[in-house]
Amino acid sequence: MSGALSIRNIVVALLLAALLLLPLYVKAGGNLFLLTLFNRIVILALAAVSLNLILGYGGMMSFGHAVYLGIGGYAVGILAHEGIYTGFVQWPVALAASALFGLVIGALSLRTRGVYFIMITLAFAQMAYYIAAGLARYGGDDGLTIYKRSQFFPPLNLSDKVQFYYVCLALLFASIYLVHRLVNSRFGLVIQGTRSNDTRMRAIGFPTYRYKLVCFVIAGTLCGLAGALLANNTDFVSPAVMYWTRSGDLIIMVVLGGMGSVTGPLIGAVALLVLEEALSGITEYWQIILGPLLLLVVLFARGGIDGLLQQIGPLPKVARTKKVGA
Amino acid sequence: MSEPLLQVENLAKRFEGIVATDHLALTVAAGELHAVIGPNGAGKTTLIGQLGGQVTPDSGHIYFAGNDITSLPMYRRSRLGLARSFQITSLFYDLSVVDNVLLAVQARAGHSFRFWRAARREQDLREPALAALERVGLADRADLRTSALSHGEHRLMELAMALAGHPRMLLLDEPMAGLGPEESASMVEMLRALKRELTILLVEHDMEAVFALADRITVMVYGRVIASGAPEEIRANPEVREAYLGEDDGEGAHG
Repeated sequence: MSGALSIRNIVVALLLAALLLLPLYVKAGGNLFLLTLFNRIVILALAAVSLNLILGYGGMMSFGHAVYLGIGGYAVGILAHEGIYTGFVQWPVALAASALFGLVIGALSLRTRGVYFIMITLAFAQMAYYIAAGLARYGGDDGLTIYKRSQFFPPLNLSDKVQFYYVCLALLFASIYLVHRLVNSRFGLVIQGTRSNDTRMRAIGFPTYRYKLVCFVIAGTLCGLAGALLANNTDFVSPAVMYWTRSGDLIIMVVLGGMGSVTGPLIGAVALLVLEEALSGITEYWQIILGPLLLLVVLFARGGIDGLLQQIGPLPKVARTKKVGA
Repeated sequence: MSEPLLQVENLAKRFEGIVATDHLALTVAAGELHAVIGPNGAGKTTLIGQLGGQVTPDSGHIYFAGNDITSLPMYRRSRLGLARSFQITSLFYDLSVVDNVLLAVQARAGHSFRFWRAARREQDLREPALAALERVGLADRADLRTSALSHGEHRLMELAMALAGHPRMLLLDEPMAGLGPEESASMVEMLRALKRELTILLVEHDMEAVFALADRITVMVYGRVIASGAPEEIRANPEVREAYLGEDDGEGAHG
């Protein structure tokens, strides 16, 4: 984050400004569809930000992160179905359920490493998927329609598209700030140390399992919030939100945007979903274009788009000795 | 000699039939620099692994400062003041140099469930970390990415990290490995300065360094101690000469 006037910081600032001003543009006669698209992008960016905490900073390759989208979503959906509409109950339940799930999944999966860790997180997510598909009372396979969005105190009305968009955006910004504080705190240094060299961390005196577990729970909780938002956004929740391909999408967002950069996942989410939207307008076989593009980024831009922007460096001066950015 | 700080009794470890540690006893007095030497395959690294907590012994006991640490995990030993450096440099290569040492300081500064304040700006962490880097002559490298430093500098970082936690005892596993003559000489000087403040167990192949630094030397062959004593005694011991010093002439390999 050094060098205020770097290309990268300007791009990030422009992106944030565009997100902030988007509703005004739409209101002034722009396409309403843009707001719908970007609301979805903002929510999934929040999910990607949470995944980045464990994947980018902690090196924990979870392949089941979308499970929390489902848990947060179903918490809202089921409570609404049972007649409890207040967000003051729905959202805390969504967060608590996600935290609990994160604790259980993390406690078991973090005892393993590498491919096994990937497989266990994937297995838990798929298990949750099939359980949700089996909930006959709550729509089973077909999913559950939510007839009323989460209710808060009067002036705030989530059914208003612009208000809802700004609520999501505020929560996204807040979680980016939260992750920024987290990864630079003592806790965050420990997490990055375990990604870099777990054995050494234990040798110098850190019980790394506990720290990773807490990190895993925080990431899950944050993603559960995204799940609650997503359910409100679509007025619907179904098992499909936690299907493994959705977890894959989140990983792509993080890798594409830049692992281990606070704003990387936001950039990645915007890039991926806008690209998807644009390409699918050109051809039905848009994946044929998207796939090679992703490959190029993974092969040639190790830090994702964010890393690429950082390599361009500061505006006037040429990059000097290679320094580590915070 | 003063009180023993580290005491090893009857330690044994086998790997699939190979005896790596064979009922070994070892005593390191507080304040001494104790070197462990022996030909390749003598079990030196296995021994240091058991002392550090990476390798679990089959039987026997390890006492550190009066505590039985035989079955304590690595991080608990480290908290008691037993720090080890690795034969193969094992650092946080994608973090900055100062972050590496900062983590070593932080490890001794209570739990790290602190989520909000910027750790790199905490004077309690930053000052000792920079002081340790200063000590090994790497202060001007603090903000570089660790992977950008040379092998010799990595060895010095190892030392800085071991020092940063203010340990009572250092386990040094071949600190000279892979260093050029000049770098070795400055490492010897560094260790000479350190041994006034710390107890050190040194496993090293560089005989010149060992005889220059050690207060006591233990010679291992096939997992057993064949001799232990002051450098002159070891040099004069016929069994040692036969088993080790003679045949090692000109070999200088490590491994």
